[in-house]
Amino acid sequence: MNIENAAKILRTVPREKAFYFFTSIGNYTGESAASLKEFMEKINEVNVKSLEFHLYRGDFEKWIDETLEDKELAKEIRNIRSLNYSGTMLKEHLHSVVVKRYKELSGNF
Amino acid sequence: MKIKNNTLTLDTTDLKILEALQEDARQTYTAIGKRLGIAHSTVYDRIKRMEQHGIIKKYTTMIDAEKTGAKNITAIMTIYTDPKESEKVAEKLCAAPQVLEVYTSLSEELQIIAKVIAENQESLHTFIANSIAPLHGVLRIRTSIITKKFKETQLSIANDPKKLTLIKETHKIKEEKIK
Repeated sequence: MNIENAAKILRTVPREKAFYFFTSIGNYTGESAASLKEFMEKINEVNVKSLEFHLYRGDFEKWIDETLEDKELAKEIRNIRSLNYSGTMLKEHLHSVVVKRYKELSGNF
Repeated sequence: MKIKNNTLTLDTTDLKILEALQEDARQTYTAIGKRLGIAHSTVYDRIKRMEQHGIIKKYTTMIDAEKTGAKNITAIMTIYTDPKESEKVAEKLCAAPQVLEVYTSLSEELQIIAKVIAENQESLHTFIANSIAPLHGVLRIRTSIITKKFKETQLSIANDPKKLTLIKETHKIKEEKIK
């Protein structure tokens, strides 16, 4: 991947385009992420219920694909869904996938 | 009816007229007059004066949404806010057409309570995630979707405890005088 594309994925998006973590319909946790780095950090901080809620609705892959414009990571997250993980296992797996991608992209600089 | 400093003090006749209008705002002055035992011109004068002073704000229609075929869902949102930003958050909520009512409440934290309608759960979530959560000062949100409505009414003469007591007491005095 060229530097330009990596920088685009790693940019900080405006507040209205950030990812807002909910635990169920209409129940906002107060946590949000406006960049891939922040998203990676928040995975470890938010309640695992929130991760389960968004993963199985397809919200993570949608935001990563449409807002951060990282199709590759979106695809990897979609694959996690088929594993049917929950709880700590889901949190750890999701975190490791995002960390790996973040390192790949930030290694370009 | 007394007018002092451009504000009206309502007497029991005014309250009874308001009560009659709240039951059926389309009834004639004559019908109200008959019911209360006063001239229709008195009813007319008092209604006009209450309209001019903004006591009667408007005449509206209550619609049974279910019978119109609309299958909306209603939810109550509790929005915990930074006190410095709560006014702005409340104003933004008021501007959203899907928000029906907005209140502030102070318990342990400052909260805004809002009643909201949406086509379905997904559109409710989209509205909250895209339009409410990103507002500056929103700390977190709790939402309860209403599943069954047991009662819905507007504040009226009939359920305002003070005015109801006043009407009942006046009735009592009149009845005792007749005896």
